[in-house]
Amino acid sequence: MAITDYVAAYKKTWEVNENFYQSVEEACKTLYIESLKDLPPDVRRALERAHEKEKLESGKEILATLIKTVSTADEEKLLICQDTGIPVYFIKVGNQVRFDGLRLEQAIRKGTERATLEHPLRSSIVNTLTRENHGTSTGNQVPVIHYEFVEGNEIEILIVPKGSGSENMSYLKMLTPAEGIEGIKKYVLECVFESGANPCPPTIVGIGLGGSADKCAALAKKAAAREVGAPNPDPDVRELEEKLYTAINKMGIGAHGLGGNTTALAVHIEAADTHMTCNPVAVNMMCWPARRMRATFKSQTKPEISY
Amino acid sequence: MAHYRLQAPLTDKDIEQLHAGDTVTLDGIIFGVRDANLIRLFDKKVDLPNDLKPQLQGAIALHTAPGVKKLEDGTYEKVSIGTTTSYRMDRFTRGLMEDFGVRVIVGKGGLLEEGSEALVDLKGCYFTILGGSAALETTQVEAIEDIWWEDLMPEAIWKFRVKNFGPLIVSIDSHGNNKYKDVKKVARKNLDEIISNL
Ligand code: SF4
Repeated sequence: MAITDYVAAYKKTWEVNENFYQSVEEACKTLYIESLKDLPPDVRRALERAHEKEKLESGKEILATLIKTVSTADEEKLLICQDTGIPVYFIKVGNQVRFDGLRLEQAIRKGTERATLEHPLRSSIVNTLTRENHGTSTGNQVPVIHYEFVEGNEIEILIVPKGSGSENMSYLKMLTPAEGIEGIKKYVLECVFESGANPCPPTIVGIGLGGSADKCAALAKKAAAREVGAPNPDPDVRELEEKLYTAINKMGIGAHGLGGNTTALAVHIEAADTHMTCNPVAVNMMCWPARRMRATFKSQTKPEISY
Repeated sequence: MAHYRLQAPLTDKDIEQLHAGDTVTLDGIIFGVRDANLIRLFDKKVDLPNDLKPQLQGAIALHTAPGVKKLEDGTYEKVSIGTTTSYRMDRFTRGLMEDFGVRVIVGKGGLLEEGSEALVDLKGCYFTILGGSAALETTQVEAIEDIWWEDLMPEAIWKFRVKNFGPLIVSIDSHGNNKYKDVKKVARKNLDEIISNL
């Protein structure tokens, strides 16, 4: 891979000021609440398309009810699904921005807590051993925060409130190199079959390939959070996405596991290279209300809210 | 496949006439249960509150933990009421029916083998409500009438009054028909074929 000379490319640094952290807190409160109520347009379109294409009458009716749920949420300003999920944030940090990372995380946590207490929202976060619910949607290492560094002078915060019905249908397997692409396909198909109705299909099937075990699982989550209709730029990966999408929808699990040809709204893959002895594959499902919302921060301006 | 409008609690005749694939719209009272309160009841063997016990005879139980707002007078207002995945609570199905008289489970995702068998043995049904459709479900809940084991919030036991609740799909009936199982059987066949052509 070519090495970019970031020193030569260095332009202007945005050193955030005090207001930035307050603005992040406010934005995260908004993102959490609004992401639970307002489904992204690409997901709405995918549901409409699935409804048009579904051949099984009962499956068509189920999809029509899901579409009605989305419009009811719009009209009545209600949460689409009661599961407020595990709040997961994906942060994209421009390399020309300078900030205090601990304070950023504190602001994200504060915003999440305020959304929960002030709306109010159901807090779904508990101590894993004692099962005590903290009542704030936050806790030890929750929210879950992922970082990615990119070129530029912006910070983007994307929230994905990840529902547990679909999160509980998560899988990781270290296949052998000999099992190859065929092994990957087979494993993913078995995971979708095994999950059946539980992740509230039609789902976005997120797949991670390669890396180490932990990287692979993180890639699967990133894939599940991707916008519908934004295929992977790598042609080999894209081909695999398309093949799996067709195969999954031929299986007949259908919307809510009650039959039909709408099991997945999309199949997304994120791939990394791996060790010569490894062939890791991870699956992370996103339920039909594939909720996400983002705030983009630039110097001196209010954050821009988008999907 | 027929559609029924039923009033909770259900009668023997109501249950008997329902077949997998039918749809139902419900009015009346349903009780919200889920992991924490069922674990307390069956695993930790804590008795149900006395005033609740008789109300469960013939009752409909919904797998849920709602989002609510507590009002100053101590009552609760709905924020978002939806349904959770049933398989986690499958092993409590027989106990709920045998010990307390529950007749119908409303949930999502279906039951496992053990719970489905209990439905046949004890003449009950499983109704699917669409997961993720809380916005719709919430508008069909008229009131939160009571709550027990509030300390488990939000996993308390809830009493809801519902109107026009549904669409509900009879996915497991008292005669041993199971929609999920039928779908999985076909899917297994399709999958084996897809895999053999990879
Ligand atoms: S799996 Fe998703 S849609 Fe289904 S109940 Fe959970 S959060 Fe809601």
